[in-house]
Amino acid sequence: MTSFFQSLGMGYEGAWLTATIAGILLIAFPLMLAVAMIIYADRKIWAAMALRKGPNVVGPFGLLQSFADGLKVFLQETIIPSGANKGLFLLAPIITFTVALIVWAVVPFDAGMVLADINVGLLYILAASSLGVYGVIISGWASNSKYPFYSALRAAAQMVSYEVAIGFVLISVVLWAGSFNLSTIVEAQRGTLFGIVNGFGFNPLLFPMAVVFLISALAETARAPFDLTEAESELVAGYQTEYSSMAFALFWLGEYANVILMCALNAILFWGGYLPPVDWAPLYLVPGIVWLFAKILFFFFVFSWIKATVPRYRYDQLMRLGWKIFLPLSLFFVFLVSGFLMLTRYGVSA
Amino acid sequence: MIQAIAFYLFAGIVVLSAAMTISARNPVHSVLWLILAFFNAAGLMVLAGAEFIAMLLVIVYVGAVAVLFLFVVMMLDIDFTELRAGFVRYLPLGLILAIALATELIIGVGAWSAGGIELSTRIAPIDAAVPNIEAVGRLLYTRYLFVFEAAGLVLLVAMVGAIVLTHRERAGAFRQNVSAQINRRSKDAIRKIDAPIGQGVEL
Repeated sequence: MTSFFQSLGMGYEGAWLTATIAGILLIAFPLMLAVAMIIYADRKIWAAMALRKGPNVVGPFGLLQSFADGLKVFLQETIIPSGANKGLFLLAPIITFTVALIVWAVVPFDAGMVLADINVGLLYILAASSLGVYGVIISGWASNSKYPFYSALRAAAQMVSYEVAIGFVLISVVLWAGSFNLSTIVEAQRGTLFGIVNGFGFNPLLFPMAVVFLISALAETARAPFDLTEAESELVAGYQTEYSSMAFALFWLGEYANVILMCALNAILFWGGYLPPVDWAPLYLVPGIVWLFAKILFFFFVFSWIKATVPRYRYDQLMRLGWKIFLPLSLFFVFLVSGFLMLTRYGVSA
Repeated sequence: MIQAIAFYLFAGIVVLSAAMTISARNPVHSVLWLILAFFNAAGLMVLAGAEFIAMLLVIVYVGAVAVLFLFVVMMLDIDFTELRAGFVRYLPLGLILAIALATELIIGVGAWSAGGIELSTRIAPIDAAVPNIEAVGRLLYTRYLFVFEAAGLVLLVAMVGAIVLTHRERAGAFRQNVSAQINRRSKDAIRKIDAPIGQGVEL
């Protein structure tokens, strides 16, 4: 895109700046639109599984429901509790929202279609997603209220626990792909199985890691069945209890943007990203971005499905799953994968 | 030009937030300023071409260490008058520390500018063709392999030590029997009883 702006007669630095800003807007605005529609989809899927109709009043089939909700919270008054730490109280939703957006900078939407094609893309995602917990912790503390505080403590422990497992899962993927760059990881998945099927998930050594990653992604985004931070029967609404109006909406948007990101990561790391499922020429006529979106939507459906059907975990079960099952399992698979690669790809004598 | 702006921005924020870390009254604010300092230090690393170290700094320090700091500090019951009470008592110690640090800084800068041991040439040259991670990996797993393994062992011993020191069996603590919970079926938990009219049932 830089060269396009350079052709309009700008200098290199100016063109680079314009291209980057245009890229950011090109990602952020559709993302916000996608979040609005995906909240609607979530509610519709959830309703269908509970034999209800879901939102069906605003616009055709209730399609405009999320926009109506957005308008409503926009017009509401922002209430700040008198005992709250004002600055941090308002900073928390901004952190959640910003962090949810910045991660998208390294996501490859198609071959070469990525805002920042950096070498350490996967580490960047790990770093940025580990920042997400600050929005929750700060909001819980700054609200100066019991339930948000409990929620913040739960969130901190939960996210730190599952990040460890996610880290090892990512390491096994990185070992196989030989790179931290997300585009390279996607390209490395071409013809994983029998030379025709695209996607690390079809590799028997990496499939268990795909499952672990999917479940850890649920825990990392605090979606059901791991939504203990928002367990309404115990904590009112968790860390968002004291929030209203736009501050609340920012939490919501950030949360769903994170969910979409985790779906995208599932697709990119294990199921071929923008590649079609089978390495067959006619399938490449469909643009890569369509394949990626189809995969993201599929995983989002799985997320909603789980939310509608699986009861919430108890806190000790959550911790047990993270530390006693996923951590040893993923560590064992890092060992297996590196051993296998040493035998087949790099040679034992090296 | 843009690098200079970025450098002074990052460096300025690091210094400012470091100052705020030690001068903030509220420990939670201190930790948050510290996090800002880490973050901008990572920015400086990126400018120096060490993007791997920058990411590690964010993942390890901001993502894990500072979260645990915050976790502990948030749960403190802070009494500000008590905090200020110790000020005079710790003042001499603080002064000694400050003087020692200032002396080291001055001597360090002096040695740097004197140029006796050619500090400036010690900075590792960066090969633009080799990604950071590969460069670190090549050194770490060849020349420094044993030191690296030893560092891992030290960490392992520290971890085991921490667990041994803090773990204690409490008598009479309630424990979850996970396999019993998983193996429980509805027929173990539910009985169907035809309750006779006018009488209760034995439970």
